[in-house]
Amino acid sequence: MPWRLLKFALKSKHPEPRMFTAHSELKESYDAVIIGGGGHGLAAAYYLARDHGITNVAVIEKDYLGGGNTARNTTIIRSNYLTPEGVRFYDESVRLWQDLSQDFDLNLFYSTRGHYTLAHTDSAVRTMRWRAEVNKHFGINSELVDAQAVQRALPMMDITCAGHAPILGALYHAPGAIARHDAVAWGYGRGADRRGVEIHQQTEVLGIETDASGSRVAGVLTNRGHIATRKVLCAVAGSTPRLLSMVGLESPISIHPLQAMVSEPVKPWLDPIIVSGSLHVYVSQTARGELVMGASLDPYELHSTRSTLDFAESLAAHMLDLFPFLSDVKVVRQWAGMADMTPDFAPIMGKTPIEGFYLDAGWGTWGFKATPVSGKTMSYTLANDRPHPLIEGFSLDRFRRYELTGEKGAASVGH
Amino acid sequence: MKLLTCPLNGTRPISEFFYGGEVRAMPDPDTCTDTEWSAYVFNRSGVAAVKCEWWCHGPSGVWFLAERDTTTDTVLRTYLAPSAATRR
Ligand SMILES: Cc1cc2nc3c(=O)[nH]c(=O)nc-3n(C[C@H](O)[C@H](O)[C@H](O)COP(=O)(O)OP(=O)(O)OC[C@H]3O[C@@H](n4cnc5c(N)ncnc54)[C@H](O)[C@@H]3O)c2cc1C
Repeated sequence: MPWRLLKFALKSKHPEPRMFTAHSELKESYDAVIIGGGGHGLAAAYYLARDHGITNVAVIEKDYLGGGNTARNTTIIRSNYLTPEGVRFYDESVRLWQDLSQDFDLNLFYSTRGHYTLAHTDSAVRTMRWRAEVNKHFGINSELVDAQAVQRALPMMDITCAGHAPILGALYHAPGAIARHDAVAWGYGRGADRRGVEIHQQTEVLGIETDASGSRVAGVLTNRGHIATRKVLCAVAGSTPRLLSMVGLESPISIHPLQAMVSEPVKPWLDPIIVSGSLHVYVSQTARGELVMGASLDPYELHSTRSTLDFAESLAAHMLDLFPFLSDVKVVRQWAGMADMTPDFAPIMGKTPIEGFYLDAGWGTWGFKATPVSGKTMSYTLANDRPHPLIEGFSLDRFRRYELTGEKGAASVGH
Repeated sequence: MKLLTCPLNGTRPISEFFYGGEVRAMPDPDTCTDTEWSAYVFNRSGVAAVKCEWWCHGPSGVWFLAERDTTTDTVLRTYLAPSAATRR
């Protein structure tokens, strides 16, 4: 490899193709404009081109590809949700994940680990049992296991949690997985690029134009000029309220930081993904050996990706309740993303009162796992101007009709 | 923001407080439409701004108002709600 690298460096012409084509100019118009070059926007572009033959598309990203929540998340993938619409939707995503590396010809390091959601109270055990039954009903591999089974699977865990929060059981979900998040954005981006989609980084959407009636999309204003288009997909996660205000729409979304941190690499010792709602902890070990850890959402609205010592301290304390032997392991990095939270912990997807303005938002702390299925269903919705059957329950309109989903119980700790 | 100033108890660590959301005007439930009511119940002004918010000092149970910039997390001022102050 070093020899190949040296030869490569000394060549005057670089034979390796770049990941994406750089476009110096924006076209005057596109059939569709996708705002946000995170996993969701890029996946929608990919499936629009691949499955619907719509390739005259621009993805507009104000920063760099995948630099938003896509590159900040803790990459947990699972489908053991609580509501039928949630379970069906996320299960389809888990299915799509399976052959993405092949599709992209890019290693996503998709790694099936198994996923334990720990129950420390009787009421948590009850919720786990409920989730397991809903899951099984839809053919999802999900079961309630008792404390002994948890201890057998994780002999290094203190299942009494230092005596103050003994583990009574867990929901075990064998398909639970993690993947390399940057590669997901790049894979979708490269796949879309090769099919003719233009990706414009460092381009910020500053306004969205509607026709004279104000009810139909006419174009997009960016810091690099104006684009005419009849279809806009808004997939900007933490910036959703700002984009919605450009077309005069209100929503229940509010922005809260979600923080995470990672330890120095240690020998592999933790195979499954561990989540504890009561202790506000979730953790997995990467292929490189680092422990990737997260906790619950910051408790108040904030449009910032700052990190706090409070977060690191309390997460470390809870980690030590579960795994006291980690007391000498160092935290090497912490960061945050801006989570677009909804009151019912389900996304907001599909059409809006503005014709031609499609929304893919409300991904809060749970949207990474949904990247493939949201791309698939949003591209269908854009191409047919009709919501995909899997996302009918997630429309913006549900709040006006008081038809919220009941997903809250399954996502109380962020991921 | 690591500290917050309660108008009654003075400056305290942020962990002693909890957030009660932005101050919003409630439409009259007897006269408003279902749509106006659902908008009030669910919709929020999600865009970053200087907002007037309810905060509570947990140990003493004092509710008060804070003007906070939701981009920089700086508090411009805190004060008791006018009506609450007169009732006290
Ligand atoms: C710490 C943390 C941990 C998480 N853990 C998990 C997890 O374990 N499992 C899980 O499933 N989910 C998790 N999530 C949630 C998940 O990361 C997100 O829901 C998901 O990545 C959202 O993807 P996206 O493509 O919609 O948004 P993003 O990746 O945020 O992409 C949006 C893009 O829009 C761009 N943009 C914004 N405004 C404009 C504009 N005006 N013009 C042009 N571009 C603009 C931004 O720069 C950004 O790149 C976590 C999130 C965080 C923050």
